[in-house]
Amino acid sequence: MAEVIANDAARDAAADMEVLVFALGGEEYGVDILKVQEIRGYNQVTRIANVPEFVKGVTNLRGSIVPIIDARIKFGLENAAYDQHTVVIVLNVGERVVGVVVDSVSDVLTLSPEQIKPAPDFGVAAATDHVLGLGSVDDRMLILVDIDRMMSSSELAIVEEVEAIA
Amino acid sequence: MTLDIAEFYQTFFDEADELLDEMERLLINLDIDAPDSEDLNAIFRAAHSIKGGAGTFGFTHLQETTHLLENLLDRARHGELVLDRTAIDLFLECRDVLAGQIDAYRASEEPDQQAYEDMAQRLRTLDEQGSAALAAPAGDKPAAKPAKPAPVALPEGMIRTVMISGIAEDKCSTLVEELGLFGDIESQAYEGDTLTVTLAQPAASDDIESVLCFVVDADQLSFGAAQAEPAGNTAADGAGAEDVVAQAVSEAVAAEREHRPQDNRTQEKATAPAEAAPVAATAAASKPKATGKSSAESSSLRVSTEKVDEIINLVGELVITQSMLEQTIGGLDTEAHGALLEGLNQLQRNARDLQEAVMSVRMMPMDYAFNRFPRLVRDLSSKLGKEINLVTEGESTELDKGLIERIMDPMTHLVRNSLDHGIETPERRKAAGKPAAGTLTLAAQHQGGSILIDISDDGAGLNRERILAKARQNGLAVSDSMSDDEVWQLIFAPGFSTAEAVTDVSGRGVGMDVVKRNIQELGGHVDIRSTFGQGTTIRIVLPLTLAIMDGMLIRVGEEVFIMPLGAIKESMQVQADQLKRVAQDKQLVYVRGEYLPLVEMHRVFDIDNAQSDVLRGIVMVIESEGRYFTLLVDELLGQRQVVVKNLETNYRKVVGISAATILGDGSVALILDVVALSRAGRQSETQVQRAALA
Repeated sequence: MAEVIANDAARDAAADMEVLVFALGGEEYGVDILKVQEIRGYNQVTRIANVPEFVKGVTNLRGSIVPIIDARIKFGLENAAYDQHTVVIVLNVGERVVGVVVDSVSDVLTLSPEQIKPAPDFGVAAATDHVLGLGSVDDRMLILVDIDRMMSSSELAIVEEVEAIA
Repeated sequence: MTLDIAEFYQTFFDEADELLDEMERLLINLDIDAPDSEDLNAIFRAAHSIKGGAGTFGFTHLQETTHLLENLLDRARHGELVLDRTAIDLFLECRDVLAGQIDAYRASEEPDQQAYEDMAQRLRTLDEQGSAALAAPAGDKPAAKPAKPAPVALPEGMIRTVMISGIAEDKCSTLVEELGLFGDIESQAYEGDTLTVTLAQPAASDDIESVLCFVVDADQLSFGAAQAEPAGNTAADGAGAEDVVAQAVSEAVAAEREHRPQDNRTQEKATAPAEAAPVAATAAASKPKATGKSSAESSSLRVSTEKVDEIINLVGELVITQSMLEQTIGGLDTEAHGALLEGLNQLQRNARDLQEAVMSVRMMPMDYAFNRFPRLVRDLSSKLGKEINLVTEGESTELDKGLIERIMDPMTHLVRNSLDHGIETPERRKAAGKPAAGTLTLAAQHQGGSILIDISDDGAGLNRERILAKARQNGLAVSDSMSDDEVWQLIFAPGFSTAEAVTDVSGRGVGMDVVKRNIQELGGHVDIRSTFGQGTTIRIVLPLTLAIMDGMLIRVGEEVFIMPLGAIKESMQVQADQLKRVAQDKQLVYVRGEYLPLVEMHRVFDIDNAQSDVLRGIVMVIESEGRYFTLLVDELLGQRQVVVKNLETNYRKVVGISAATILGDGSVALILDVVALSRAGRQSETQVQRAALA
């Protein structure tokens, strides 16, 4: 049963996985619910100069200064507009707190190990090393994102010590 | 048992640190010619408490060292040992050895054996010589158990019988061992849950209490007297005890009996050894101390700084939320919403008060910092052969604890400098018509949102010519027309040895640049005032806390930044003739006789819609690491105190930005990193110098 998750050695493959489902472009993604701190709207973000475009800046989250990443820009999606429907998922990555902008958040699903398939090498919007696997629920397909790995990738450079988190 | 005790390790170390500090303070202030017996007693008690705790925890070296020290102190307080400067010096050194030992135990290491042996040897030597001089009894060997003098009558508060209630049998041996420190045990008995120990030699009840306080509570202890004494006469050396009459104590004892029926046996036992009056009397002696202790415990609280910072953070949030509410209600009709507005006004006042109260938790009096210097001055002045009086002013001025700790090193450095290079030798001072003893003044005061710390001496002062000569030698750009202030600032330049430049005293190559950098890192700056032949004052200006900073809000395009106020020298609108364009888009601004590099905010931070015309924007003159540069911004929005928030907690270091803060409307503003901006300006450094020479 462990072979179904190809990419992740750390995760206990036998356990069910609860994921928060969010939409980006036309696709549905899932992120481990335990990493999610809260979901909130997009408020005022202070821009930081000389950082990649998808780092929108920092915002005030109850007194903490939290960086905001726009996953839509990161994944090359068009029309990244910011209005009152824009959703930010606040995630705990290692010791840090990061906000990720997505199109929308739909529901929370429980995936059994059988429902998780290894990620194919092609056809995914994200670079595949951020993808834990593909989850299928009824006729929906979720791209399961390894948020730690994604946030600590060198191009994102949210965290300087790449290895420390992974 | 071991596990039980391990929990108290930290408490013991903390208390021991405090006791050592207290001991040092008292020793330094001790008047050698007429030592105050209260002080001597206090020093003795401090040593004694440490010894007691060390014994309990099995810190053998610490126990042995304090034991020797305690013997000497005990004799000193009974007037048998005449204290002189040598003795005090030795005690102070011993205090350092003890501090080292405590640090070692804290780090779960064995203390330095050599240091221990040396110190023990020297303490014994002093003991023996003292004994010889005073013709003390021959049996009074230093290595023996605490050599109590044989007084004609038992001193006040001395007892021989100790009763400890409410303890388990397996703890008895430890307790007896503890009590063994006071001399031989004559007899011991364990009955019910009460241990009764009789000592061969009398000991002070409060000493016993302080030894045992690590194991048992004060109210578990009761004492029987060694010999009968009039009740009114038995106050311990503690202050105020005299006021307690025996009757009041009997009442207290009776009251306690009612309150604690389980202790009945103890109390009865206490009265059992026939001498009823002395029991009540010794209870009188120990009672006030116990009450004093419990009130001291409840009046202060050890809390981790993390918890305090968390509270400060939350209160900061509350204040921001409150000011957001205030902005929201601004447009409301006062008649229709009277109650709401009233309530919000109340909230505003409460929030401000709360913030002030919480900030004050982190505040410590400057005393905490100044206390370290009497020792340093004392040691250094004897080493340098100078006579120096230390004067401190404004000890009660409060400053953030984190700041105090971080200002200690720069301050120590400056004090050393003053002593070493500032104040002259007595001969020179006399020759210059000054009193032989120099004065070093440490003063602290509040001024607005800052604290000013002055380190002044009445020494030789800085020598302008020599500094200028040295600066030229080091290749710094200087001119004879520089103002004194500018010349004095030169001594902060990296690699500028003050020893050679300012006085003839060859000294350590002190890094004044490090001092200045440390202070700048804390958001402060250093000023120097000096008159040749009359002295030097170095003034450290610091923000009140690390968490709050004085800043200038500046606007560039649509973005708002914060510039640390201390770095801003002036702001102006420049005229066309002040500008000089050098190659590759670099411009220089001519300000007060100097060409300064221009850093354009909108270029550094890539900001759209910003004012790019230097003549129409505002140019700020910024100082960083002793250099000046100019910064082009759109507008100054005003001065504000901001709460400094770390950007790296959730993100990472950003070039040009030192931290962030949250403005009144809840938005985040970035605090500029002056040093990084100055580097951006320094790229045109070569052009600057060329232009300046042209």
